[in-house]
Amino acid sequence: MTAATEVDARAIRRISFNHRLSHWDVKLSPYLYISPFFIVFALIGLFPLAYTAWVSLHDWNLIGGQGDFVGLENFQTVLAQPYFWISLRNTFSIFLLSAVPQVIAAIAIAAVLDFNLRGKTFWRMGVLLPYVVAPVAVALIFNDLFGDKYGVINQLLNTVGIESIRWHVDVIPSHFAIATMVNFRWTGYNALIFLAAMQAVPRDYYEAAIIDGAGRWRTFWSLTVPLMRPTIIFVIITSTIGGLQIFDEPRMFDQYGQGGASRQWQTLTLYIYELGWNQRNFGRASAVSWLLFLIIVLIAALNFYISRRISATSDKAIKVRPIKARGIS
Amino acid sequence: MRKTRSIGGHDRRPGFWVYGVLVAVILGSFFPIWWSFLIGSQDAAAINKNGMIFVPGGNFFANAATVIDSIPFWNALLNSIIVSSAVALSVVAFSTLAGYAFAKLKFRGREGLLVFVIATMAVPTQLGIVPLFIVMSRLGWTGSLWAVIAPGLVTAFGVFWMTQYLKDALPDELIEAVRMDGASMIRSFWHVGLPAARPAAAMLALFAFIGTWTNFFWPFIVLDPGNPTLPVALQQLQAAYYVDYSLVLSGVVLSIIPLIALFVVLGKQLVAGIMQGAVKG
Repeated sequence: MTAATEVDARAIRRISFNHRLSHWDVKLSPYLYISPFFIVFALIGLFPLAYTAWVSLHDWNLIGGQGDFVGLENFQTVLAQPYFWISLRNTFSIFLLSAVPQVIAAIAIAAVLDFNLRGKTFWRMGVLLPYVVAPVAVALIFNDLFGDKYGVINQLLNTVGIESIRWHVDVIPSHFAIATMVNFRWTGYNALIFLAAMQAVPRDYYEAAIIDGAGRWRTFWSLTVPLMRPTIIFVIITSTIGGLQIFDEPRMFDQYGQGGASRQWQTLTLYIYELGWNQRNFGRASAVSWLLFLIIVLIAALNFYISRRISATSDKAIKVRPIKARGIS
Repeated sequence: MRKTRSIGGHDRRPGFWVYGVLVAVILGSFFPIWWSFLIGSQDAAAINKNGMIFVPGGNFFANAATVIDSIPFWNALLNSIIVSSAVALSVVAFSTLAGYAFAKLKFRGREGLLVFVIATMAVPTQLGIVPLFIVMSRLGWTGSLWAVIAPGLVTAFGVFWMTQYLKDALPDELIEAVRMDGASMIRSFWHVGLPAARPAAAMLALFAFIGTWTNFFWPFIVLDPGNPTLPVALQQLQAAYYVDYSLVLSGVVLSIIPLIALFVVLGKQLVAGIMQGAVKG
């Protein structure tokens, strides 16, 4: 008798121990599973960004390390440098020359891919091919194509009677050449994103549009494009964040990598590199990093705000977007 | 019932002009790659003499041999393979784990933390390079592959991607069933979550691999010239031979062969991955 009760008690204790264990298992496991991401991201993403602000307030040498606290002096110095403003101009110019044509071309290509094609996979893969070529390799190839003297593009221009363009000397031509490299690599990728959005448009919407007597062109502009808006916003925002940090292509545009003799195509990240690793001035490099960070956040927020406004107004106009169930408040 | 696609002309076979446009686009994406082989197979004299070149020369292997002699090519290739595989593996492991938790487990703060993850996708972490470099020098990692692998270990995009995928792909009932059988949390992840995540995990691995392989900025800063990845080695090649583009472009060809081969085998999956991500993202 006594033995049996003892066994029971032990069993109960074990069960309750197991129970408690499994209780903690349920409670803690989720945090355990997400913690690697948050820990590593804090260490390699957030901490460096915050620490950049700290470094930017100091004299800080690549070799010598931390020096005196100087307040905002690095920012003042940098903002007084002509190269900072030139880089800012170049960054925006290259960004606009790549982002705008790229989004337009990608939507056009997506529209063509949206036809009921023979050999769909072949065309889609063909469009995506440039994506697997590293930007450095792309830059080297296009450097040759855009050669000032013997480049193919100039020779083609010559045959149609246009004089050679000094791609590696003049400001806008160099921006154009660099933007072309970016576009080469990303247009097809973005076209596939747009294609997916187009195919997500319910086909009976088209039916309704046809019944209303809309032609193909009108259907595309009044139905397909508005319905793709979230995707377009997504692509614009991601290409803004990436485009304003462009480094590889301008770095490889000549063998010196300083953005040209008079910094015709020096971008802000290239400028950060020059300050930090050529001039060994980490304080100033950090100051520019922070300024660029603010610019990117500002532009992304602006993008978001504008596109929200546009979508709010045109939503009222078309009223075909499925509205998510949401409590009235 | 009528086929839903039948109205609106969307199922009609398109006219020739559509294929014409597509052929032009494909030529545009193929030509520069072809051009690198065209020039990479010439000798220096030929590209300086002739204006236009239309056929490959016979000099590719000689050029390639020079390239391999003058930059640490094999070393760079090996490094690129190591770094890209390590990053792909780690991104997939951590993203699947976190994605599983966000999609299928209930815990306090889940919504807020997920929003945080999504917000971090927009943070330009590349701008933290100065402190990252300071930290790496303190750790004594500059010049080592660890310095390149560490910042790539996790991505917010990966977590988001796996969360979105697992939400739909893994029925809650399945997890409950395994839990009822007495499986611990980690066992139910292992036996139910992981198998369900496999297709999305494979795509994520592919994108992480390509992203790391083509990355230049940070490896260029942190690695030594003697121990580079492929893009960094290409930069050295340009610095050494900028006058001889046949050599530079033969190096380009050598460096892009691995990913082009990967693309031939897995390009279909890449296309599917981008299109899936677009709909869900």
